[in-house]
Amino acid sequence: MKELAIEARDLVKTYPGNVRALDELSFAVAGGTIFGLLGPNGAGKSTTVKVLNTLTRPDSGVARVGGLDVIRQPDAVRHAIGSVAQRSGVDVNASGRENLTLQGRFHGLGGAELKTRVASLLDRFLLTPAADREARTYSGGMQRKLDVAMGLIHRPRVLFLDEPTTGLDPEARSDLWKEITRLAHDDGITVLLTTHYLEEADRLAHRLAIVDRGRVVAEGTPDALKGELSGDAVQIELSETPGDSAVAALLSSVRTVHDVTVTGSTVRARADHGGSAVPAMITALEAGGARVSSVRVTRPSLDDVYLRHTGRTFNEADQA
Amino acid sequence: MTALMHTWFMTVRHLRALMRQPWWIAISLVQPITYLLLYGQVFSRIVELPGFHAPNYVTYVTPGIVIMMALFGGGWNGMGIIAEIDRGVMDRFLVAPVSRAAIIAGRLVQMSIITVVQAAMMLGLGWVLGARFEGGFTGLAVLMLCAVLVALPFGALSNAMALVIRRQESVIGASNFILLPMTFLSPVFMAPTLMPRWVQRVSLVNPVAWSVETARSALSAHADWRLIGTRLVWLAALGLASAWLAARAFRSYQKSI
Ligand SMILES: Nc1ncnc2c1ncn2[C@@H]1O[C@H](COP(=O)(O)OP(=O)(O)O)[C@@H](O)[C@H]1O
Ligand SMILES: [Mg+2]
Repeated sequence: MKELAIEARDLVKTYPGNVRALDELSFAVAGGTIFGLLGPNGAGKSTTVKVLNTLTRPDSGVARVGGLDVIRQPDAVRHAIGSVAQRSGVDVNASGRENLTLQGRFHGLGGAELKTRVASLLDRFLLTPAADREARTYSGGMQRKLDVAMGLIHRPRVLFLDEPTTGLDPEARSDLWKEITRLAHDDGITVLLTTHYLEEADRLAHRLAIVDRGRVVAEGTPDALKGELSGDAVQIELSETPGDSAVAALLSSVRTVHDVTVTGSTVRARADHGGSAVPAMITALEAGGARVSSVRVTRPSLDDVYLRHTGRTFNEADQA
Repeated sequence: MTALMHTWFMTVRHLRALMRQPWWIAISLVQPITYLLLYGQVFSRIVELPGFHAPNYVTYVTPGIVIMMALFGGGWNGMGIIAEIDRGVMDRFLVAPVSRAAIIAGRLVQMSIITVVQAAMMLGLGWVLGARFEGGFTGLAVLMLCAVLVALPFGALSNAMALVIRRQESVIGASNFILLPMTFLSPVFMAPTLMPRWVQRVSLVNPVAWSVETARSALSAHADWRLIGTRLVWLAALGLASAWLAARAFRSYQKSI
């Protein structure tokens, strides 16, 4: 394994009103990789990023970025990292070029070097035609690109991207995905990406940590996480149900089925071979007084991983 | 050194943003002109009251309105920082190695520059309307200094309040509540000897009054340099105290992120 670019150990952060945003959260990221923090709204993703980028101090715990301690050497950390917050940090009263130039100056760049760096970033993010317009005239996707460009101006070793594609249209999203992949592959930048899109985590992250209520509940490569779930996901919708616990009891008699969760009319379970388990499941349910209205069998997804580790589906948690 | 450079970068950023707002420019031109014309005309005959020692009311009221505009410019300065927090611009600076002091100082330097430019404009207009100042160049320089020294503490306090309250409505309410009374409880429009006794007493501790009296004295034929010196020191002390408060408010903002 390469040298660790980010290390978070036992981070705790509470906000007034007894909100425990981080509850002994730990993870580590190898240099040059894309690491995803996946979790529903309120899980603590942004708070994690804010601790690592020195914006806020944890109540306890240790965090290092690029080998630097975020609490003891915040200024050195700020020089080493780029950070793009969940909401844009673009100054909309200034042009794209001015935003980039100012950001560069704060990082100690200047003169011809800064000028060419700004021009090349504008080019890279296809912002050159709009470079001298006020950023208030930019589309959401353009502002986001400018945000990322601003985070890269000083060639950081580590880049934080907090929900970079939230609110973008599908085209802008896939543009940004390509760019993020390029950052890690071509430029060797370590990227910590937070997202509440399962697909995004699956597509971009080499490794990911699933965060729930301020804790990491599972960590690994997307494939390994899905592989831990043996078998297929079976989802059965009921039009009549004798009750959650009764349904669970009925299915316990089917031996090839495990990890059963019942919420109202929806039954989720795992089966080694989904196709062959379904007839037995239907028979057991109908015999016990339930009526099946539909059945779906799928390969394991990150949603299933989430369900397995938190007992809730991702959407339920996200809306909560 | 870094702090100074960063302050200048921030100042330029704020100035540039203002220059891009034609409405802001129009209003900040029209407002002082209207005040001068309006107050100059409406109250022009009060110089005939015994106790006024001015050749004409425009001469009397011009430095007063310069100070009033400086006070208001300072008092409203905090509004901008709320907008920057809400837009995420503030946090963007905080994750970069930006000098923390420069974030507030840049706003105050920009405000001081605007204050001086506005003062120069009003003096020109006042001259056209008949204002004459015996104090010459030194007097004008002291007036500018007074204007800046009244804008700075109120600018710092306004930012401090904005950083703690962080709602534009509340800051508007508080500013309205403070700024107008401070103007009228001072000799901006009226000779001190003609104000009710209690107003005279209040104006002893009113920085707006310190600054108007200082400026008028410096602009007159017989400047009272002792008065000018002590009042400038008081204003500077107030500035330092406000800067300290603003720094504390800034830390409380950082803690809340
Ligand atoms: N500045 C703050 N002040 C108070 N509470 C906060 C603050 N930031 C986050 N929280 C709370 O901490 C919890 C985690 O929030 P956050 O880290 O933003 O989650 P996520 O980014 O995963 O959606 C939430 O309950 C949120 O309301
Ligand atoms: Mg968030």
